[in-house]
This record gives sequence, C-alpha cells and structure tokens, in this order.
Amino acid sequence: MIQISPHAEAALTCKLDERSLYLRRLVLRTVRSAGRGHVGPALSLIEMVRVLYDNVLRIDPKNPRDPARDRAILSKGHGCLALYVLLADRGFFPLSELDGFCGADSILGGHPEFGMVPGVEASTGALGHGLSIGVGLALAARMRDRAYRTFVLLGDGEINEGSVWEAAMSASKHGLDNLVALIDYNKLQSYGPTDYVLPLEPLADKWRSFGFAVEELNGHDVGQLRDTLTKVPPVPGKPTAIICHTIKGKGLPAAESNADWHHKNKLTDSELESIRVAVGDF
Amino acid sequence: MRNTAMNMVHKLAARDERVLYIGSDPGAGTLRAMSKEFPRRHLIEGISEAHIIGMSAGLAMEGYVPYVNTIATFLTRRCYEQVAVDLCLHNLPVRLIANGGGLVYAPLGPTHQAIEDIAIMRALPNMTVVCPADADEAARLMERTLDWPGPIYIRLAKGGDPIVSNPAHGFEIGRAILMRPPGDVLMVTTGIMLQRALDAADLLAAQGVRAGILHMHTVKPLDVETLLQATRDTRLVVTLEEHVPSGGLGSAVIETLIDNRRTDLPAMLRLSLPDRFMHNYGSQDSLLKKHGLAPNSIAAAIERSLAAPAAPSPQLHST
Repeated sequence: MIQISPHAEAALTCKLDERSLYLRRLVLRTVRSAGRGHVGPALSLIEMVRVLYDNVLRIDPKNPRDPARDRAILSKGHGCLALYVLLADRGFFPLSELDGFCGADSILGGHPEFGMVPGVEASTGALGHGLSIGVGLALAARMRDRAYRTFVLLGDGEINEGSVWEAAMSASKHGLDNLVALIDYNKLQSYGPTDYVLPLEPLADKWRSFGFAVEELNGHDVGQLRDTLTKVPPVPGKPTAIICHTIKGKGLPAAESNADWHHKNKLTDSELESIRVAVGDF
Repeated sequence: MRNTAMNMVHKLAARDERVLYIGSDPGAGTLRAMSKEFPRRHLIEGISEAHIIGMSAGLAMEGYVPYVNTIATFLTRRCYEQVAVDLCLHNLPVRLIANGGGLVYAPLGPTHQAIEDIAIMRALPNMTVVCPADADEAARLMERTLDWPGPIYIRLAKGGDPIVSNPAHGFEIGRAILMRPPGDVLMVTTGIMLQRALDAADLLAAQGVRAGILHMHTVKPLDVETLLQATRDTRLVVTLEEHVPSGGLGSAVIETLIDNRRTDLPAMLRLSLPDRFMHNYGSQDSLLKKHGLAPNSIAAAIERSLAAPAAPSPQLHST
C-alpha cells in the first residue's frame, strides 16, 4: 500500500482564495464559450502557473521576447487553459482572446503554439518534449553567462515518457541549477489513476536518483509555492524538481479526481450550476 | 565524406561562435581537435536521441546552430516526433548529420540501414534534405549550412567514394547540378548514385545512347525549374536512389513532373531498392549490385526501357 503524502491530503482540503477562484472562472468561461477544453488538467495546474507568473518569473508582458526574461514551458500542453488565463490576465494579450479558444481564427488552440501566442516559449502538446527543450535553454544560459532561469511544467502522466528521463540525466550531467521542473502530480491521467496506468512511486526518490534537488509541496497552496519557487535552486549545482501534489479538477467538487473531467465538451445545465456554486458566477 | 563533414563543423565553429557539435555516442575521438579547441561547444550527450533533438531545439531557440550527429537510422526513426515538433514545427536551424545513409552499414543489418530516411524527412514541412555525392561536395554543402534558416537533414555516404563533383559547378542548397546534358535519357541522381550514373552513362554512350545526368543533391526543396528544363526534350527520365521506392527521389521527381506538366509526360523508370528490409549483409556495394544498382545493371535497365514500345502513359518500374 502506497503511503499518501501529507501534501496530497493538504491539496484535497486546501481552500482557494479569491484570485484562484477568479482564474477558475476564466477557465470555465472559456470552456463554456468554446464548448470544449481540458478542464481537469488546467484546474490542477492553476496555482502553479499563477505563482510562476505573479511572483516568480522575471517577465515583461509588453516585451515577451526580452532576452533577459525567465523562460517557462508548459510541457503538458493540454493544461493550456491555465496558461492562457494567466497570460491574458497579466496582459500578454487581451482577455477577449479567451472567448475564441479553439476557434478557426483564434491564436489560442487546444495546445499552445510558439509564434501564435505571445508569452508561449515552445509549441507543446506531444508529451515528453518540454524538459529537453528546457535543458537546451538552460544550457544556453550557462554557456553564455546569462542570468535567466528556465521553468518547465510537466504532467505526472507525461513523465511516463522515456525522453523525460533522458532529459533528467542530461540536466543533472550539466549541473543545471538554473532549470526547475515542476511536476503536476494530480495522480490521475487520461485513462485513470497513475498508479494503475504506470506507477510512478517512489517519485521523489526517482528524481533524486537522477541527480535533482527535490522539493515536495501542496500544489494548491500559493504560499508554499511562492516560498519554494522564490528560493530556487535549493541546492547550488543541481537542477530542481518540485513535486506539486495537486487535485485534478481542483475547485469543482464534481470534477475533482474524476477522470471524466480530463476533457470536456459541452457542459450540461446541471454542470454549469455546480460550477456556479463552486466558483461563483462566470 | 564523414571526416570531411566533421572537420567542416570544426572549421565552421572556428569561424562562428554559434556553431555547436552534438554527438550522441559517436566513435572514440570524433572531432577530438574541436573538443580541445572549443570544449564547451563540443557536446557528447549519450544514446538519447529524442532528448538530444529537443535539447538542440532549445539551444537553437537561443541562437546556437547545433550540428547533431549520429547514425542515420537513429537520427530519423528514433526521434521522429522530436524532429517533427521541436525542429520542424519551430523551424529551427538544427543540422542533422546522418552517418551511413542508405546501405553504408550493410554488414550491420536492417537496424542500421537507412533506406527510408529521405521519405520520412522529406515529408516534414520546413525540413531540407541534402545528399552529397562525395567528400568535396559535402564540404561545399557544409559551407552553405551556416545561415540556412530551417532544419537540414544531411545524408552522408560511407567515405572514400570517388570524387566526381566539380568545384566549377559551385553548390547551392536547392539547386540541382547538370552533370551531363540530357540526351535520349536523363538520369536524376542523389547521393552516391551520381558515381554509378556517370559509369552507366559511359556504358550507354558506348552503345550510342546519349544519357544526361541531373544531380539532385537537394531532394527538398527540389529544384523544379532545372528538372523541368532538363526533362523537356528527353524520351526517358530515370531516377536512381539508394532508398525504398516510396517517398524518395523518384517519388519527388514524378510528383513534380505530374504537378507541372500534367500531360505530355516522358516515360519514366525508377531504379531503387525494393520495398522491403534487407536481409543480406555483405557490403553497400554488394547490396546495391544485388538490387540492380550497379552501373551495368542501370545501363541495361535503361536500354530495355528504351527498346520497349512507347506507352500511352508513364511507365513506372522499380527493381
């Protein structure tokens, strides 16, 4: 029997503040207007993305290609709704763009595309690519003596991909302490529990054994995320892995830890009502 | 050819600080001189091609020009999604230097024989595919790679192939070289099939058949203009390739002729490897011979084709 991490328990009971609820309303409004979207993966990710964009990344929405900016890659590209609402909210593009999500002429597709969306560093959607690209970005910073940091957000299902572990070995070989991997550990992938599909435990030990400094936390606790992410790297000379225990669908009781909410098409009237009750009018 | 291409990476690195060499697990001492002179730009990253392509994409996003090098099959089959998404979708200037294109690794069996690499690389938007014929041409190609905007797949041959390219022809990516003027026949070649076409043309000349040769070192983007011009007055267009029949040079030539001429097509003969994995070992030369790609077999196939009654529509053959 696998021991349940206290961080996972905390993630379950953790209360969301008004900003987190507001961001969820934006996500759900977008899903309602497009009639589709990966709801569960976005809701587990929101606090991680929020803290990165609100408190950690050195970025200028008016100059999204500033060479000095920190780089962030959403390797689990299907969580893009969380990224899009943060980018819109921070002014990378107008909030009204969200209404066109997945539309024929929209800049916002079902997976984020470089060159289409201001603030998106790399096109993702095929899983297991982001960490390698991140290694390249971080290695370039090292070789050129640049101060920017690289953050890569990975899904837990995503790290089934062998390429992620190739990238992990490489990051460790190069001692890339300017590289941070954040793992959205919601323990539920498309088909069902990660434990059923391909067990990941002992996950922290795995990253440690690959040469990473590892932190574990409640991925919905904004304070914990801020404290940890503003103090990277915890160990100089090592890349960092932050295992964020999260709840897929966090904030919507009907969707929480429910694989049926991995991707949603039309929302029914009763689902819309349950969302209103959970996050407020949207 | 391989040593020449490798040494060119070193030379380019000396000239331009954006140039990186990234090998997976190449032979001992590969580019040792470069590793001494530019240790930070000579990277050996392990047998992890999927990762290496992604990492190269990240480095290219930051302004580097990585030259990634391993065996052709590992650089195409293993990491195809990374090549498609990380390199081609982002249109990044990463150069894939593929050792042992075609049947170079004949004795090592089908896992090491790159017989469909041109097809799968050519299918990707933004990818450029180049197959030099000899070491001199490889050196001229490498000069042109530095500032080419997108990804390039470079299919290297064995090395020690007879030098037949001519510096007077120069070298531009995407510009075919007319090695012999078209006659009754025009052979279109890529890579080391050029040498075989030259020998076949001599054999044909002895029989009174004038055979031209268009060397299509760049299979993508294909030099449409030169191809159309060179095939205008010829009776038979023959494509030669060390590759399966699907999707390679022969396909590219036929597609181009059909798309641009629609009717009034010349007769066509495609000489290639068969549509199957090789289960014989031996040498590159012995396998090419076995599959009808020795100069005398090429000449004989062309003579047979010329002797056949004119057909109302293009005749496509492969061995």
